[in-house]
Amino acid sequence: MQEVKEYTPLIVAFCCNWCSYAGADLAGSSRLSYPANVKIIRVPCSCRVNPMFILKAFQRGADGVIMCGCHPGDCHYTSGNYYARRRMSLLFSMLDYMGIERERTRVEWVSAAEGAKFANVMNEFAKTINELGENKRLEDLRCK
Amino acid sequence: MQRIGVFVCWCGSNIAATVDVERVAEAVKSEPGVVFSTQYQYMCSENGQQLIRQAIKEHNLTGVVVCSCSPRMHEATFRKTAESAGINPYMVEIANIREQVSWIHKDIEEGTEKAIILARTAIAKVNLNAPLTAGETKVTKRALVIGGGIAGIQSALDIAEAGYEVDIVETKPTIGGRMAQLDKTFPTLDCAACILTPKMVDVAQNEKITLYTYSEIEDVKGFVGNFSVKIRKKARYINEDACTGCGVCMNACPSKKGLNEFNQGLNNRPAIYIPFAQAIPNIAVIDPQQCLKIKNGKCGLCAMKCPSNAIDYTQTDEIVEREYGAIVVATGYKTIDLDKFGEYAYNESKDVVTSLELERLMNAAGPTKGTLLRPSDGEHPHDITFIQCVGSRDTSGCGKPYCSKICCMYTAKHAMLIREKYPDVKVHIFYIDVRTPGKNYDEFYRRAAEQYGVDYIKGMVGKVYPQPNGKLLVQGSDLINNEQVLIESDMVVLATAIEPEPSVRRIATLLTTSIDTNNFLTEAHAKLRPVESPTAGIFLSGVCQGPKDIPETVSQASACAAKVIGLLAKNTLKGNACVAGPDESMCNGCSVCANVCPYGAITYVDKEFRLGGGKTETRRVSQVNQAICQGCGACTVACPSGAMDLKGFANKQIMAEVEAICKR
Repeated sequence: MQEVKEYTPLIVAFCCNWCSYAGADLAGSSRLSYPANVKIIRVPCSCRVNPMFILKAFQRGADGVIMCGCHPGDCHYTSGNYYARRRMSLLFSMLDYMGIERERTRVEWVSAAEGAKFANVMNEFAKTINELGENKRLEDLRCK
Repeated sequence: MQRIGVFVCWCGSNIAATVDVERVAEAVKSEPGVVFSTQYQYMCSENGQQLIRQAIKEHNLTGVVVCSCSPRMHEATFRKTAESAGINPYMVEIANIREQVSWIHKDIEEGTEKAIILARTAIAKVNLNAPLTAGETKVTKRALVIGGGIAGIQSALDIAEAGYEVDIVETKPTIGGRMAQLDKTFPTLDCAACILTPKMVDVAQNEKITLYTYSEIEDVKGFVGNFSVKIRKKARYINEDACTGCGVCMNACPSKKGLNEFNQGLNNRPAIYIPFAQAIPNIAVIDPQQCLKIKNGKCGLCAMKCPSNAIDYTQTDEIVEREYGAIVVATGYKTIDLDKFGEYAYNESKDVVTSLELERLMNAAGPTKGTLLRPSDGEHPHDITFIQCVGSRDTSGCGKPYCSKICCMYTAKHAMLIREKYPDVKVHIFYIDVRTPGKNYDEFYRRAAEQYGVDYIKGMVGKVYPQPNGKLLVQGSDLINNEQVLIESDMVVLATAIEPEPSVRRIATLLTTSIDTNNFLTEAHAKLRPVESPTAGIFLSGVCQGPKDIPETVSQASACAAKVIGLLAKNTLKGNACVAGPDESMCNGCSVCANVCPYGAITYVDKEFRLGGGKTETRRVSQVNQAICQGCGACTVACPSGAMDLKGFANKQIMAEVEAICKR
């Protein structure tokens, strides 16, 4: 009988340098664990996240993408997170239309002081993605 | 092709305990561009840095990946290391395998695997890194201090002492803040006014310091070294240059029913007033909500009586715009609202007061001229109960989860002062713990408990019942004797929790600096950078950063000033090297990028381009001012033609990171 290996989903997290990445650091220094399949990419601001990055992630086999930024009003660059919020709500509804479930994409605001929130968000998001399983919708676009 | 060196740090056992560092160093050897990889106990140590420098020289490295702690910790360190070995500092990338791996994943297999992926991701990025140089910007040699309490006063005096211009913006009509309201200060029992007011006078007389009292911050633009701030000088309805502070107007005013803010609303003041005798500046102010002349045009008595013709009912707010190199936030605190604490009967009985109100009741300049009298009937009290931790260390959601830090000490002070002045008054204190760390603090508390016979009861108060005879029945528990206690008191004093002044939220937003869940401003590093905010050029002084007493506040204020002086002493600042820039061959000058730029860094120029065959074309293209660009990247995503990109976080680099992470 062939052994069935449990599928580990892959989650890409874009974190802004000033709030969320620092929040992730705080989660780390407070030893608050979250699943190892969450991998963080540091960007200066959530508004640096080009929709193309997210498309690329899904195309390359990511099962969930989360974007974290400073709380509304607290952006290090004054207004970057507002742009990001608008862009992402458009992109996520388009992805939904393409068949990538709404639950696979998420925007969260995590401040530099919210290490516990960061860990909670990641745990919860990873749980959701685990339940959804593999993202096959863009598989035919993958260069496998 | 880059020649990349990978350096895996053990961080002692911090990383090495849950990540197989040797396997990480081995696994990345076959990655594209990697020509060298090694591991070492402490990469950030001098020996570790020497190892990097040596490898750069020996292997002719062009790029460096350090797998270590967060880049927020040591990116700057390793960039310097690389620079000293002759390669561009921006050719260094950090893979964060401590905060993101070893500290949160217990399983070695899982941790090592993730560390390898993060290392590969950083390698993929370095392969596309390009040398960058930071531009330089000038520093405006002037500081702004927001808040004129003891924190702001101390910071401003120290900065002015070093020879720099300082402006203080204070929302109240006078500087002095909370400390001016206090009667005595622990642990020496100095009179607060005696030690504070000379400092206030120093501020007023210092030619380097400009005071903007009764003023608010309207808008903040710019960045470290180059802030541009709009200050709203609210209308005082007084010609500041003419007013001599004689106080004749206060007696003339017929509208005397305003609550005296300085006395915590315990007595009244006229519509035109000077907050207290030693106010700086000693200039009257009119409360427009209360003034009969301003409200309905009928009165004008104060203008008639004013000997210096200083009153101007038509005055309007004025906006002042100034440039600063650094900003100190010293917005202070207030006591919390007690609406959620009905059990203490604060809203039912006048004889239940907060500790700050007690300060005014005991102060010679207060409503009772310093004689302690019951607020309800003006009688001498015989029995006073203090309740500690009202709203502090409260996890029920009604109060604050933190310890307000100052209450144990000021309650010991109050108890001691009352017993000293009125030996017939019995004093009880209900406490959860008595916390007295600090020089001569525990000795002070012991004096209160042992020499002054203050009745310390370990336990909490369940309820305060106002009695028909005007007394207050305090029902509490005594945990040491394990019994319920009932005490009939004449007054109850609540050690009310302190919280940041609510206006700090708006200030934090204007300064784009972060705030925690309790509205305290976040420092850049909890231990190593406690007076800097994460936003460059913004510094934190006093209780706006966390609860603290006067000596701590003054220390922090001076530390803040030292940081500001260090910044203002520089003529230029190294700017941000990671700035945006267009690929002019793709740009069509559509203006979308300029519209989203929060700094106004993008302008347009007409440029001539060669088309080949001797032909040229003139096109409008965007231009980024490198001194102004802060590198957020908003324009890069907005650009419809994909011409705009961000150095250091280029589209190709982030795409490569995404690919490296998703590679299975």
